[in-house]
Amino acid sequence: MKKATKVDVKTKEIIKKHGREKSALIAILQDIQEEYNYLPKEALNAVSIQLDVPASRIYEVATFYNTFSLNPRGQYLVEVCAGTACHVQGAFNLMDRLQRDLGIKCGETTKDNLFTLEEVRCLGCCSLAPVVRIGGNIHPYLTQDEIPRILRNYRKQG
Amino acid sequence: MKKINTLDDLKKAGDKGLKSLFPGGVKITVGMATSGIASGAGEVYEALSAEIKKRKLPYILAKTGSMGMDCIEPLVDIIEKDKPRLAYGKMTAAKVPQLIDQIIKGDIDAIKPVYRVDEEDVIAKREKKHYTKGMVPEYLKGIPTFNEVPFYKKQIKIATRNCGIIDPENIEEYIARGGYLALQKALTSLSPEAVIEEVIKSGLRGRGGGGFPAGIKWQSCRSAHGDIKYVICNGDEGDPGAYMDRSVMEGDPHTVIEGMIIGAYAIGAQEGFIYVRNEYPLAVANLTKAIEEARSRGLLGKNIFGTNFSFDIKISKGAGAFVCGESTALMASLEGKAGEPRAKYIHTVEHGLWDRPSNLNNVETWANVPVIIARSGKWFSEIGAPHSTGTKVFSLVGKINNIGLVEVPMGIPLKDIIFDVGGGIPGGRKFKAVQTGGPSGGCIPASMMDLSVDFDALWEAGSMMGSGGMIVMDEKTCMVDLARYFIEFLVSESCGKCTPCREGIRRMNDMLHDICAGKGREGDVELLESMAKGIVDGSLCALGGSAPNPVLSTIKYFRDEYDAHIKQKKCPAGVCRALIRYEIDAKKCTGCGVCAKKCPSACITGEKKKAHKINQKKCIKCGICMESCKFDAITVA
Repeated sequence: MKKATKVDVKTKEIIKKHGREKSALIAILQDIQEEYNYLPKEALNAVSIQLDVPASRIYEVATFYNTFSLNPRGQYLVEVCAGTACHVQGAFNLMDRLQRDLGIKCGETTKDNLFTLEEVRCLGCCSLAPVVRIGGNIHPYLTQDEIPRILRNYRKQG
Repeated sequence: MKKINTLDDLKKAGDKGLKSLFPGGVKITVGMATSGIASGAGEVYEALSAEIKKRKLPYILAKTGSMGMDCIEPLVDIIEKDKPRLAYGKMTAAKVPQLIDQIIKGDIDAIKPVYRVDEEDVIAKREKKHYTKGMVPEYLKGIPTFNEVPFYKKQIKIATRNCGIIDPENIEEYIARGGYLALQKALTSLSPEAVIEEVIKSGLRGRGGGGFPAGIKWQSCRSAHGDIKYVICNGDEGDPGAYMDRSVMEGDPHTVIEGMIIGAYAIGAQEGFIYVRNEYPLAVANLTKAIEEARSRGLLGKNIFGTNFSFDIKISKGAGAFVCGESTALMASLEGKAGEPRAKYIHTVEHGLWDRPSNLNNVETWANVPVIIARSGKWFSEIGAPHSTGTKVFSLVGKINNIGLVEVPMGIPLKDIIFDVGGGIPGGRKFKAVQTGGPSGGCIPASMMDLSVDFDALWEAGSMMGSGGMIVMDEKTCMVDLARYFIEFLVSESCGKCTPCREGIRRMNDMLHDICAGKGREGDVELLESMAKGIVDGSLCALGGSAPNPVLSTIKYFRDEYDAHIKQKKCPAGVCRALIRYEIDAKKCTGCGVCAKKCPSACITGEKKKAHKINQKKCIKCGICMESCKFDAITVA
């Protein structure tokens, strides 16, 4: 029998909180993701055993929903809102600028593991369009021009 | 916490709530919904708190939700005994000391309030709250009243009646404004059938987009066989460009809870679920607190109001899937599965969550219920249009002056929303169209401005009410690009179950991309139309069934733009990058060099103080030159 790893222990804790009902799967995955910023394979295997749900089923859920990531994310998640209000206010230009300035494509993480760039389906801040959410902070009425300064600030905070 | 078991308990809690709403001295509230916080309300709140402490003032500082007028946030309200409530817009931390000075001195010399409130409706109690004793101080007479502000003038607030007024974390303030009175009335003096009858009489139709009569749905669920039944609140507001439900869940979570308890009583359900988008952390937090508070007061749990009716609510967080706004997909997600819809010939009111009778309504629908029960179905049915009764909350966003959430009576002409409430289009540009109904809806052109905004008229116009997103567009919005945007959205959100939806939308997306890239061919529009028909006919759920709407409605009203893209290879709105070029008007260019400095591809050159030029080969068409030019010297065509 293999020794329980830290991930196993943490996963077990999370499952205990939600119970072993199969309906708790999404809530369990959300908590795992909150803990690790993504869904580690090890944790998913642990969930599969504990909930007695085939791993294929867990991957089906993990890949169906946009929130979940199977790859590690950077310290700051940069989410460009792709809602309609943001789109008509030119959010696509912000995405382009972020891709250029970060040197990565949407869905990728910078080499220093600081930023992961993603697109999000409407943050519900349509009145502040266009918006980008970085590390949970919403940046309203954003212009391409402000992006270098904002990224610099996050880099400084490390 | 003292349990609320009787009408008397409720009144006592309400009295406490009144004291907390209107403590007598100076009270300052800050609108702290997501939009407020993003605009800087957090800093304003901190600054106020620090200033009050520093000066040792006996002021009370509180948080509220959003009043709806997001374009003037952060919004700070000052409430003083026997004086109108004053609302200060666009507050900053720097202005705080001045504001406090002003309160002490009793003037408005330094910072002018946006409006004053002399009296406001307490709609659930059929009362008015009078702030003044009929006397408005001389120095405030020049400030418009709430009802004189064009943004609010035509609004009637039912679902959003408490947003921006109460502290969402304080159940007593909700009770003070008539909260839980309807529940008490329903549980102690109405039979479940009588509650349903009242909802049917009100004419309330589902606010999530479908527009199905809520009372009829409740009745079907009540008569369905089964001992265990569920009520579900759909808070998975997935339509991009819509945030009404977020605002209600953040600003007044108890109205949703009360609505659900009343519904559960009428239907005979014991358990309820609120399915909230994961993208709305504040809504989740406020709902969680509200449920806990309702539970500790005995308004959720066993034997509510001393009757034998028991009910409780759980929150379930969505995980980011647009299709989960569809009721059967949402229920699958609640069961912990991938959110794939199923055929609806078996109704969810009979076989829903875990195959049991389930009644699902959206946040705004539930939020209307307490007022309907408190005031009567007949009262509600007299507001709005004949077959679309009551009000509808819209998120009025895009190219419009007064951006925000508006709650207007149904049947209001579209032009009233755009030009009176919304204050028209910024920058003197021309109003082109408004998009309603999200990716399932369509565009309504400026020529149909007189259209009555109700379920049926919007449907006939080729759009739909949807959940209430209203995105206003001006001449700088490309309608082909917009259709492409929605279709691209749906490509990634189609669950993939039905081939016509999964593959059909993808092919439409390819064609629209080609058209926007200048590679459109003659006959593309006709092909799009024929594919649209196939997708509508061959899809199981409403996502596929309505997916082609944005394309069809833009073809219907803006065919000339499609033709311009396909035949002349031009984008009249100046949006589609492959078809546009930025140029500098040599007559207007002063040679200041700002654009050259900002251009990320260094393609603008020229001597100082002389007209500059753009190297078209290097230009990536990001438009930053145009954004930064102060002399309007850059044109796009």
